[in-house]
Amino acid sequence: MRLGTITNPMNSDVVKEMDMPNLKEVSAPDERPAETVIEPGKTVGMPFTANPRFQLRNVEVFYGENPAIKNVSLDIARNEVIAFIGPSGCGKSTFLRCLNRMNDSIDSCRIKGSLQLDGQEIYSPGRDVVELRARVGMVFQKPNPFPKSIYDNVAYGPRIHGLANRKSDLDDIVENSLRKAGLWEEVRHRLGAMATGMSGGQQQRLCIARAIAVSPEVVLMDEPCSALDPIATARIEELIAELSENYTIVIVTHSMQQAARVSNRTAYFHLGHLVEVNDTSRVFTTPEHELTESYITGRFG
Amino acid sequence: MQTVDLLPLVLVLAAVAYGLAYRRSRAVAAPLGGIRNLQALPAYYAARAALWCALPALVILGCWAAFEGQVIQGRVMASLPAELAPQTDGQASLRLSQISNLAAGKLNPALVPEGVSGAATLLQELREQSSRFKTLLVILVAVLGGTFAWTRIAPHINARKSVERILQCLFFMCAAVAVLTTIGIVFSVIFETVRFFGKVPVTEFLFGTSWSPQTALRADQVGSEGAFGIIPLFTGTLMISAIALMIAVPVGLLSAVYLSEYASRRVRAVVKPMLEMLAGVPTVVYGFFAALTVAPFIRDLALMLGLEASSQSALAAGLVMGIMIIPFVSSLSDDVINAVPHTLRDGSLALGATQSETMKSVIFPAALPGIMGGILLAASRAIGETMIVVMAAGLAANLTANPLDSVTTVTVQIVTLLTGDQEFDSAKTLAAFALGMMLFMVTLLLNVIALKIVRKYREQYD
Repeated sequence: MRLGTITNPMNSDVVKEMDMPNLKEVSAPDERPAETVIEPGKTVGMPFTANPRFQLRNVEVFYGENPAIKNVSLDIARNEVIAFIGPSGCGKSTFLRCLNRMNDSIDSCRIKGSLQLDGQEIYSPGRDVVELRARVGMVFQKPNPFPKSIYDNVAYGPRIHGLANRKSDLDDIVENSLRKAGLWEEVRHRLGAMATGMSGGQQQRLCIARAIAVSPEVVLMDEPCSALDPIATARIEELIAELSENYTIVIVTHSMQQAARVSNRTAYFHLGHLVEVNDTSRVFTTPEHELTESYITGRFG
Repeated sequence: MQTVDLLPLVLVLAAVAYGLAYRRSRAVAAPLGGIRNLQALPAYYAARAALWCALPALVILGCWAAFEGQVIQGRVMASLPAELAPQTDGQASLRLSQISNLAAGKLNPALVPEGVSGAATLLQELREQSSRFKTLLVILVAVLGGTFAWTRIAPHINARKSVERILQCLFFMCAAVAVLTTIGIVFSVIFETVRFFGKVPVTEFLFGTSWSPQTALRADQVGSEGAFGIIPLFTGTLMISAIALMIAVPVGLLSAVYLSEYASRRVRAVVKPMLEMLAGVPTVVYGFFAALTVAPFIRDLALMLGLEASSQSALAAGLVMGIMIIPFVSSLSDDVINAVPHTLRDGSLALGATQSETMKSVIFPAALPGIMGGILLAASRAIGETMIVVMAAGLAANLTANPLDSVTTVTVQIVTLLTGDQEFDSAKTLAAFALGMMLFMVTLLLNVIALKIVRKYREQYD
């Protein structure tokens, strides 16, 4: 417990570790104040909305025998930006990766509960993962452009989904996506250049362009700025604000300022529990749960 | 004492020097307030003492052992009376073995001339003297070296630096062994090759289309003209290697894809070592598999189809060789595919690509340079392979494009040219070196290309 080190309330975004599923972190010693008790499945605030895009009920995720997500229920509305915050190992990335079944490739991962996208079960046996992922795009922590040209990176998704019949259609999709990602003016004269030669911020915006090139409905962002400098981060945050007009955006972040700046709603995860969900302004000004308050005032995390 | 006995003695002395220097350096440090006041840790002073003790002594021991024999021989031969002095090299070595046999007591002294037994006594004496001097000198040098290092144990002297320097030299010498050996091999082959080209023109060797390596014993012998054109050999080599690669590349690559992308962890744990075991099967075993099973099968099959086929064929050798080099392709490709960052795989899957689309358009292109390196390695292995070809493809140097014909390869010809009793100044024998040189150049070229590709690949992801 680090109760003695209360500093600037908004100053704990220095934590930049990978938030990948890590069994050791999940079962790390309990850091919450001793008097606080989390009731499983009990979430403070407003987890549910009318006419949601994602309807997630009693979701539990296990890595082998270790529970990583414990009975989480949450709605994600249309065209909202929802931020998942919480200390390392709290399960926020695991939960995010359930939304487009990116956990499928982890053998030991088991998922229980009901996860619905527009009323259809994500994990039903007959569900086509390809179609799901075309609708739910993802941007990762580290920019991961393919070692191809800028053009081919953006055209990759439309090509595998057969979105363009002619070369000119494809050109249009590429241009539009790059424009939406705010990258067009910088790269329009070097679309044939290798994507790996760009700066980190440009690469991440390219990854966003690549994700939106297949016209998804939802974009999942797993700490998209944690590998970027403040200027590139600011660009991405502006971009998120613009994209929120057309897409539902779920963003995992370690930076509470970032959550406060970009999101409409904020969900606070703690040791696999969803502790509190509310409008971002309320979470950061008048948190209802003492764990949320401890976290945003920098007592741990 | 003999050299073999002195070696452990020197090591024991070095160990003693180590222990003494260690205690000495602690003793020196104690009044100053502990070992942190020394410039280096006690172990460095001790190691320096041990090195000073052992290295010079070992160098002297080595030199002595190298030159002892020659010096003694020279003096013994000089001591022979004039009428017994040898006229030719052959006589000299004969006389010498006579003397040393006599000295060793294997020869009855009554059977040899007077002067020879005198020389044998001298030899015995010189050997004893040499041994005594050697022992004394080595021990003296070891003790002196150790003492010198002992006197240099002082807080202001940094023993770590000198130990590091000595170790650096040691590492360099170890690395130099491999390089010097390569250079030695190259030069020995080059000299013989130059001698060969003195007898057979380069152009005939490189562009001749007929290979029939023989030299006449008499000038009027039938078929005395040998032919040294390597083109049939190289086409044979290329054909067999090409067949082998046609088998190994697709099978190896696709199994690598299966292992790295589709196989569960348990299947992979079993299949990968099994595949790699293929590389451990002795080539002779592949050889009789090729000669006794595959080659007759291919001949029967060809005859059934109405084709003419010999019982030894390039196809049989190539097929089996292809099986043999599968692990080179599959194992290296598997490693390279696994080395492609996981984030790329995730990025493609998250866009809705299937596993095979991800493989085809993201992972494979990213891994391609590394895969090429693996294939080239497999190719140089195929070109250098001998045993399978001897047993399954035959010895006849046919210039043919028919894989059902028997052909021969460069390596096989080298083997046949150099086995048995040979005279080392005929064109026939020397041709082996020229062939070896050509082969060396081809595989070297392939290796250089493979290394270049692999290096380029490394730069991409570091």
